Parts: sequence; structure tokens; C-alpha cells
Amino acid sequence: MSQPHRLGQGGRIDRSCKLGFSFNGKRYQGHAGDTLASALLANGVDIVNRSFKYSRPRGVVAAGAEEPNALVQLGSIEAAQVPNVRATQQALFEGLEACSTNGWPNVQRDMMSLVGKLGGTFMPPGFYYKTFMAPASLWMTYEKIIRKGAGLGRSPMERDPDSYDHLHQHCDVLVVGAGPAGLAAALAAARSGVRVILCDEQEEMGGSLLDSHETLDGRPAGAWVAEALKVLGERDNVTLLPRTTANGYHDHHFVTLHERRTEHLGETAPRKGGWRQVRSRLHRVRAGRVILATGAHERPLVYANNDVPGNLVAGAVSTYIRRYGVVPGRKLVLSTSNDHAYRAALDWAESGREVVAIVDARAEPDGELVEQARAKGIRIITGSAVIEARGDARVSAARVARVDLEAFRVTGEMETLACDTIGSSGGYSPVIHLASHTGARPTWRDDLLGFVPGLVKGVSAAGGAMGTYPTGEVLEEGARAGHEAAAELGFPEGAVALPRVATRRDGAAMALYQVPHVKPTLRAPKQFVDLQNDVTAAAVELATREGFESIEHVKRYTAMGFGTDQGKLGNINGMAIAARCLGKSIPEVGTTVFRPNYTPVTFGAIVGRHCRELFEPERHTALHPWHVAHGAEFEDVGQWKRPWYFPQERRGDVGGERESMAEAVARECRAVREAVGILDASTLGKIDIQGPDAREFLGRVYTNKWAQLAPGRVRYGLMCKDDGMVFDDGTTSCLADNHFLMTTTTGGAAGVLEWLELWHQTEWPELQVTFTSVTDHWATMTVTGPEARRLLAEITDMDLDRDSFTFMDWREGVVAGVPARVFRISFTGELAYEINVQANYAMHVWEALFANGDRYGLTPYGTETMHVLRAEKGFIITGQETDGSVTPEDLGMQWCVGYDKPCSWIGKRALSRPDTKRPDRKQLVGLKPRDPKVVLEEGAQIVFDPNHSIPMPMAGHVTSSYYSPTLDSGFALAVVKGGQQKMGETVYLPMADGQVHEADIVSPIFVDPKGERQNV
Amino acid sequence: MFHIHCPYCGEHREEEEFHAKGQAHLQRPADPEACSDEEWGDYLFFRDNPRGIHHELWVHAVGCRKFFNITRNTVTYEILETYRIGEQPSFTAEYPDGRRPQDATREAQAPLKAGVHA
Amino acid sequence: MSDPVIANVRTFDTRTEAKIPVKSPLAYAYRRTGAPAPTGESRVVLRERPFLGHLVLRGGAIVLDEAVRAVLGVPLPGEPQGLTRDAAGERSIQWLSPDEWLLIVPGGEEAALENRLREALGDAHFAISNVSGGQTLVELEGESARELLMKSVVYDVHPSHFPVGKAVTTVFAKATVILRRPDEQCWELVVRRSFADYTYRWLLDAGEEFCLGVER
Repeated sequence: MSQPHRLGQGGRIDRSCKLGFSFNGKRYQGHAGDTLASALLANGVDIVNRSFKYSRPRGVVAAGAEEPNALVQLGSIEAAQVPNVRATQQALFEGLEACSTNGWPNVQRDMMSLVGKLGGTFMPPGFYYKTFMAPASLWMTYEKIIRKGAGLGRSPMERDPDSYDHLHQHCDVLVVGAGPAGLAAALAAARSGVRVILCDEQEEMGGSLLDSHETLDGRPAGAWVAEALKVLGERDNVTLLPRTTANGYHDHHFVTLHERRTEHLGETAPRKGGWRQVRSRLHRVRAGRVILATGAHERPLVYANNDVPGNLVAGAVSTYIRRYGVVPGRKLVLSTSNDHAYRAALDWAESGREVVAIVDARAEPDGELVEQARAKGIRIITGSAVIEARGDARVSAARVARVDLEAFRVTGEMETLACDTIGSSGGYSPVIHLASHTGARPTWRDDLLGFVPGLVKGVSAAGGAMGTYPTGEVLEEGARAGHEAAAELGFPEGAVALPRVATRRDGAAMALYQVPHVKPTLRAPKQFVDLQNDVTAAAVELATREGFESIEHVKRYTAMGFGTDQGKLGNINGMAIAARCLGKSIPEVGTTVFRPNYTPVTFGAIVGRHCRELFEPERHTALHPWHVAHGAEFEDVGQWKRPWYFPQERRGDVGGERESMAEAVARECRAVREAVGILDASTLGKIDIQGPDAREFLGRVYTNKWAQLAPGRVRYGLMCKDDGMVFDDGTTSCLADNHFLMTTTTGGAAGVLEWLELWHQTEWPELQVTFTSVTDHWATMTVTGPEARRLLAEITDMDLDRDSFTFMDWREGVVAGVPARVFRISFTGELAYEINVQANYAMHVWEALFANGDRYGLTPYGTETMHVLRAEKGFIITGQETDGSVTPEDLGMQWCVGYDKPCSWIGKRALSRPDTKRPDRKQLVGLKPRDPKVVLEEGAQIVFDPNHSIPMPMAGHVTSSYYSPTLDSGFALAVVKGGQQKMGETVYLPMADGQVHEADIVSPIFVDPKGERQNV
Repeated sequence: MFHIHCPYCGEHREEEEFHAKGQAHLQRPADPEACSDEEWGDYLFFRDNPRGIHHELWVHAVGCRKFFNITRNTVTYEILETYRIGEQPSFTAEYPDGRRPQDATREAQAPLKAGVHA
Repeated sequence: MSDPVIANVRTFDTRTEAKIPVKSPLAYAYRRTGAPAPTGESRVVLRERPFLGHLVLRGGAIVLDEAVRAVLGVPLPGEPQGLTRDAAGERSIQWLSPDEWLLIVPGGEEAALENRLREALGDAHFAISNVSGGQTLVELEGESARELLMKSVVYDVHPSHFPVGKAVTTVFAKATVILRRPDEQCWELVVRRSFADYTYRWLLDAGEEFCLGVER
């Protein structure tokens, strides 16, 4: 339980609060305020993972989002498993259980390390493509083994007990990052009164100030942070979001923030006041202005074996000492090309441990920190660099040599220094990821040795994100950005008094990326560029030798900067190496594009509440509760839940098994053809059309004629797009001369309304007509069958006489005491009444029908029976018989086309194009299988000659197919090339299982071809 | 996710409230029957696909249900203006920085070009 | 029931004074999802106001304004997103689009109101559609109502952007609603009947952390 690397004092941890946790099955202890990474380092855990490709042991390298190695799998129970958590970003909590993401069977002894050992020669870039892709058929087999070895964590197999949600945020100024630049920006912007959101990905806000030894106005930096946060927290116009990462920057300043609300408290969200807290939340922020104060990432140097545990970036060494009171080793060698990294050595020495040497690539380093190091008696080796780390499971020594960077070679004076830790720093890369998401290209700055972000209108960057590092300047730049953002929005007030900060004198930094080795790169021990994806300097060099000159191609060939890493530590080094190999400068080579997300976002947060019962809206009719209570099976039609069929208990078998779908549908079909059935048709779209030009408008959007339709009458209509293809159909009733009620298909309702508005608003605004959806206002019940009239007469005084209320009439009346509009239209071919009442009364009317229904054999039926009945009559369903390539003529519906209407209605002109006039177009026909027991498959392809060699010419396909209890046979509707001229001919349907069905082309009207039944 | 100014609602709204309806200013030929098959096919099927300034028809579907036009840069995705049906754009391929007001007035008054791409 | 034909439009009162059992759009949702009663902890209270009269009014603003003033005694909100109410707060009229308004009145008044408006409007080009059965009003009240809305709608509901007297049609979860702010205390959602179950379930789920209670 001892923590060998924990200092007795210092850091922002609470030593009185001890937290037990386990890693790879072993128990450890840390403190409140630790991250999992700092606690592991405190406990002397060197190996935290195995590398992705070579399976080499890896330790913690960094202290934040840029950590490439310490990816862990979290969770003590199956339901709480979380893959790919960066240990550097996971706050420690009591009982935390984690294990390494990679490493099979375990990180200490790894099967794949064999591959890694051989890998030096056997696994160049493109290794997987080159080795395992041939033969292609075996890739699936290889892949399973490789994936098991490599792994990238695993998803939980059980239901997630936690809840997640979204919050739609709107603000004037979004500030990303709450270090000195972000805090100053937020203070300045907030002062002006604009709405500000400040987010920061760390456990605590403050960024670099949290572990700075600088004083602001004579006070410790941390005290200024606390004060700033207090001021911001007290303002109504400021929202502070700690533990919140800005992950994606989308169009027009839409930024997604991922807030981890309870992940620091436990592996599942604790309850609060009886309610389970939201585990994580996606803030969908629409901002007026965005200020990126995302800081910079330190670049490690690329030298041989720089991946052995014990190699860290210099800044992380300081962070662990200063923030967590953890010294990640005993003997340090620091390899650097700049002054700032000297902090690591100074902190190390101050903690009482040995600094073996600082190795500085510069010939004459001379900044303040350098002087401090000299004053402490730390050995400084100049003009040199660590060229290779020694050690296997942990660094044991550093090979140091004089280097000539111009010539890219080692010039001699080799020395091997015993140590267990190598800190390295090649400078700082502004974090430009978010700016890059906007599509703006970054610019290389030779003076900064880094890319600064390209900025689209409305975005600014401040502090480290712009390559500005001295704290005083960072604060100023941040405040200026905040002030300007508010001013641009029309709020110019807001000057903030900034604290005084002493400016440190730093010597000039030197460009250093890959350190030369005594051997050429391709033969030297591995020099890692991208630790997460196991990309080496040799791989980048090889890629350029193989002809990949574009950095985007180098990236894809080597996988550099892929995946969750997004090139945070390695990209600039990789580009520099590619530039060196290609003999170009870094700006000439350019940079790759960073993509969202900056760090991984859990699926839960992406999905929010849109899951399970709330995955998709379920639209219900007013009669839905009745359908549920009567055992309906439901079908999804658009977002609607429609009764599909109503299975009943098998006759004489009360409490026993229910009917099969086929049995239920056969029974429902018979009931309609022989007695009376009832369908809930409320889902049909209904559009109220009013205005003096309503009739003219209908004539233009429907294919058929509307000029003569009298009040009280109903007509069926077809709608085409202007290409002549059918897209919706339905009946429209003339309520009065200037007043019509249009019905649309269930799925087409919204689309048809938008279509009408489109033509009215853009082409014919002069027509006086309005369209209003009344779909939900009415409930519609279709009562149909030979007994329909007698049943309806039981509950209405309306005159239902066949001669006064004729087919295709509508009437107003009172049904079961409720005002109703009744339409005599039929989709079944039987006598039918569609009763429309205000939806609030629907249940009463429906139940009144059933109260009288027994003696007539009233049977509820669903969409399946509706489909069978209408198909027997050859009635089309748009979207089933049509697919956007079918004209009214293809459907044989010339009777519904007003060729001689005075206007050029939508679709008319297209019907005379040569293509729509082709005689061999696919045309609607009926199909009668030779074997009546066969029900053809919907979608099955039709051929004329089953003995034709493969590929057979396709002649059409089945659009609808059912068993008909009336015909006691299977039957189908289909589209067949030139089908209308092929009545009586035989076609063939070869199936996947080798069977070939035979069917005769017949009329699509199978039942009651003269249409007498609907007129009884 | 675009942030779109609806010229009828008079404020910016989220993209989720809108539907994109393709290229703007497509005018249906006044007399379709007088069009050759080629002209009619051109109207039906051929659309511009510019790199840069593009005029698009959108509808504020979850909102006022009005159609309107957007001038958008297809490279930067910047929306340069939105304007009502019947109005002419200020930003065009010829005037990518916005047309001077006197030009706009003059050309708006000029008769529309005949033909399918007026 | 059947009213006389006015001009060339057929009006039809779908409501009856007869004692007929009615089911509100939320009735089934209460049963299926449950309706937790408000407690002292509840930071949001939900209340349905069913069976109101809802009329959609279409036409030119100037003509309609005159008729609405004459019949209802309140001006037509001419500005986008406007919402006005009568002195009693029982009748409201809301801008939906440049030629479209939503009138909500106590249940039973809608048919007579429609007729009076039609008389006042005479020959002008306008349209009135009764949609009373197709939508319901849901009120949200309480200190966390705004945060609950932030979880649900894409529109900015900050008081500086959504003052009292504003009303918008917007995206709610994966459905749509009309969102209104008639006064300081309360938000109103006008919900389509077929989406009522979904909307209610969403509000209960998202409102869990605010101990949402349902007043019935």
C-alpha cells in the first residue's frame, strides 16, 4: 500500500482522503485529487499498457488529453465497462477498477510481444495490407486473430444503467479552455454583459496556472484562479463547465461539448434525491463568437527506444510533481531544445531526487531557468541530445551524444548515463484541433516552431493556442480576445484590470524533432513518432521512399495521427521527418487535417435520451389504447404505430394460443368480404384547402380533372412530380365550391403538404388558396363490408339509402351522438363508410359501433388485411407499386389522367418524353402463380426465359404479394416490361434457393372486376 | 449544423428546423408543351454544382413553413444572405462580395431572362 | 352541428353539447407512463389544458387584424413570434407565419368565433381551419422549467431571447411543438395529438432530475 513515488508534501491532492483502487487486478491506494495516471505513477507502476502493433511495454508519457499510451478499460461490472479511457484524464475514485486496454493475456507477459520482437524487420508500414490481404478471402480469419492481439478495448455487453442527455445551449461568447487566456477572455467578455460559456476539460479550471510558481499581483497563481472563478461564478451571464471537453467545431460556430458529470464519482452515476444523476451530457452550443484558449501540447523528442516506460514529456514531469506530489522516478535525464523544459529538472531536484544531467541541443543556452539550473549545480551537457534510451520494462540509461542537426548526424562523444527517467521536450505545439475542424488551414511560424490556427470569421485564439507563452502576455491576449468578441457583438464595455506578472527571460528555442542516431534511421532501434499507433520515424521515412509525398498519404500509409490520438503528440514530429526526407520545409509539406472528435465521446452522450422507448417518436391515433387492449400486433408506418392484425385466441381454445398472422388475416379478410370489418384510418394525411382558386390548384397538382366536382362529392386523384412519376395518391372531397378536404397516404402527409406549399409559394403565388393540416383533428374509422350500411344505421339517423348517399358521396350527420362527416369511399372494393369525428370523441364512436357490432359480425382489421383486400382489387399503394420511376400510364391508370385539361399540370409534359412513351416500360400487371399454394416473394425478380444463361435479362419485379382467402390462392401485383401487352403469358421467378416459380400475367383486378360490390 | 436566418421569422434558427430543396431560381417554363424534349429534360434534371457561390432553395419546415433562398459558399459553407421568394440575390458568382445597391436595383427591374434557367 | 354555408366554405362544428365521453390527448399517456403527483421537491409541474378551441387563421395581416380586433377585442400580433392575450388571459392569438395565426379560446367557443370572424371578414381572401381535436396545450411551471426545455428544444429559451409574449414553432426532441411564453411563471407547449404520448414521455424522462410532477 506504499506509494514509493509520492512526495510528503505539495500538490493539489488531499492526503487525508485515501482512495483504494485496482489496476490489472492488483490493489493500490491514491488520494482525492489524483488522476488514475498520477496514482499509478505514485505507486511505481511502470507498465500501463502494451502497444497497439508491436506490443511493446508502455508507460505514462503525458499528463492530459495528449496521453497516447495509458489507455485503460474501466469498470468492475459488465454493465459499467468503458473502453479507451485515458488514465491521465480519469479522476480517481474509491473502488475504481481498471485494466490495460491492450495486452493479451496480460501486460507483463504478452503473446504479441513475439510479433513485436520480430516486428523490427517484419512489420514495416503497410504490413497488414501487404501480408494479410491476400488471399482476400482469408482476411476475415486473420482479422479476428490480429484484433484479439491488438485490441482497443471492448464495449459492455449489458444494458447501461446510466442516463445521458443533451442540452441545447446558446451563448454570445464561448471560451474553450480555462487557463490564463481563457479565464481572462471570459472575465473580459462577461464584464460587458454578454452571455458567456467557459468550458475546460480538466477536473479543475485554471490550466497552467494550477501548477505555476509564478505570482500574479504578488499572490500565488492559484489564488488568482480561485478569485477569477468566484467572480465568474457569481455572474448570471456566465456558465462554467468544468470536466467538459469541446470536441467538435461544426458549421457556423456550432460546438459540441462533452461534460462528464459523474465520472469522477464512480463507475455508475450516483443517485441524488431519489433520482439517478445524468452521467454525461452533450452540450450543443450555438455561439456568436468563439475564443479558443486551448493551450499547447509539448512535443516529445523522437529518439531510439523513446517508448520504454520512464520516457515522459518534460512538462508532464513537472505537472506530476507540482499538481499531484508524485515524482515519476529516481534519476532524471532531461533532453531539451528550449528553456521552459528546465522546469522539470528544477522541480525534480527540489523534490530531493537526483538530476543526472540536462542535455541541451543548443550550444549556449542562457535563459533564467538555465542559470537557475547551473546555480543548483545541475550538470548541463550542451550541443547534445539523448539519442537512445536503454532498458526494457523501464529506462535504465540514456545514451547521450553530440549532434549536428544541420547535417542530421551524431558527431561523437558518446556517453551513457544511468537513469530511470528521461524527460524530453522539442518545443510546444499550439492545440489547433478545433480551429482545424472549421476547415481553416493552420500557418507555420518559424519563430514559434509550430503551427498557429487558421481562424474563420468569428473565431479567435489566445495564449498557448496562438503560440503565446509568457503568462503576462497570455492574460493580455485573452482579455483582448474577450473584449473584442463582446465588442463585435455590440457590447464594447468590459476592460478588465489584469494582474502584474513578472516576465521570465527565456533563451531562444531550437528546432529539434527527430534526434539523429549513430545508425541511419531505418536501421536504428525504433524511434517512435506516434506512440498510440506505433508509427516510427523509419516508417515515415520508408513511406516517403516508397513515393508517398503528400502528408495526407503519408498519414494514411503509416496510420500516423489516426484514431483517438488525432496526432496530438506526434503529428508535427512526423511532418518534420517527412519534410527532412523529402528535402522540403515543414510549411511546404503542410499539415494533415484534424477531425472531430478531439477526444473520444461516449456513445451515451451522443445518443442522449434518444434511445430505447424514446429512440424515435411513436405517433398514436386516438384509438390506439383500444388496439393495445385488444391484442393488436403493430406495424410501423412512418412514425405511426398502426394495427397490423388482431390475432385472437383460437376458436374453442379460450385462454390458449393465439392465431398466427396468416390465420388472423384470413379471418379478417373473410369478415370484410362476407360481413363487416373496421379499420382505424386516422393516420391518413388530411389537408384543409380553402380559397377561390382551390379548384384550379387541385387541377394543376393532380393528374385528373377537378373542374366539375360538385360539393358533396369525392374524387380519387394521383399526384406526379414534374418528371411524370407518381408520388402520392388519395381522395379529395369538395366540401363547398372554395373548400376541399384532401387526403394523402399515411407516410406522405408532411411531404404532400410541403409539395403544395412549394408550388403555391414559388410558382403560383397569384392563386388564392391556403393549405392547413387537419390530420390530427379528425379520427377516421372505415366501416366496410356487405353489412356496413346496416351496422352504421344502428347508430345514426343519417340517410344511408344507396340512391341518395351514393358511392363517392360525403355527408354530414350525427353518429353515436357525435357530429361526423361520413365519406362513401372504398379501398376494399366492398361497401364502405369512412366516419370522421373530432379525435376527442373517437373512442366513444368506435365503441358504439362495437356495441352494435356483434350481430353483424363486426371485426377489427389491420394494415395487412387492408393490403390484401386492396391488392385483390388492383388498388395501388404509392411507395409499394411505385418507386419514383412509375408513371400513371405504367400503372394502367390512364382513366385518371386529364390529357385535355387546359393547364399543363405537374407531370403532364414529361408523359410525352420518348422515355415515358417506351412500349417496354415496366407496367403494372397481376400475377397468378401456377401453384396456388405459392405466395411469391415481394421484390422477387421476374424473367421471361428461365433457361437463359446468367446474367438473365430482368423483366420486372413483384411489388405486392399475398395469399387471398377469397381466391384461395396466392396472387401478386408486379411491374413487368411491356406487361400490359402480355396478358396470359407466363413469366418465371428464379429464387435464391434454386426454385423457379411460374406465374401467369393477368389483370391486376382479381376480385369483382366490375366494381359491383362497393355499390350494393 | 447551419445557423440560418429565416427572412420571414426575422431571426436565426437552427438547421434542424429547415429542409434543403435544391438549386434556387429554377423557373418552370411558362408553356411546358412548347418546350423541346431537350429543354424540358434540362429543366427537370440538370443542376449547377458550383465551387463557391451557390443559390439554394430552403424551407422553414418546422417554423413558418415558408420557402426562401440562401446564397451559400459551397467551399466555406458561409451563408452570405437569405432572401424571400421573388427577390434577387446580392451576392453572385459575378459579384462575390455583394452587388452594389444601384446595380441591384437596376437588374432587379430588368426583365427576367426567358428560358429554363432564368 | 351543421352550420349554414357561409360564402363558398363549409363550416362544421365538430363539437357537441351532448354528454359524450371525451378522451384528452394525454389520457392514454397518463395511464401508460404514469403521472407522478407534484411534491414539495418538484421543480417542474406539468399540466394539460385539454379540450380548448384551436383555430388556424390564414390571410393578410391587415384584413385579419381588423376582424380580430372587432370580434375578440385584441390586436393581431403583426410581428413574427408575437403572442397576445385578452385581458382575462383566456383567449390568445399567436403569429405562426406571415399569413398564419393560431387562436386558442375556451373549449366550445371556437365554432361561434369562426362564424363571427367569417362574417366580419366577408369577401376577403382568408381561411379558418378548426384543429381543436388535433392538438392540446401543456403547461410547464417551476424553477427548472427552462432547463427542462433546454434539454428538449433547439430554440434558445433564455429570457433575454424568449421574453414573455413570444411564441415559436420549433424542434422538440425528434418531434415539433409550438412553444409559448404567456407570462413570467409559465411555458406552454402546443402539442399535436399524435405526438402527445412521445412528448409526454420525453418530458417525464428529461424531467426526472427535477422531480417533475403532473397536476391532474
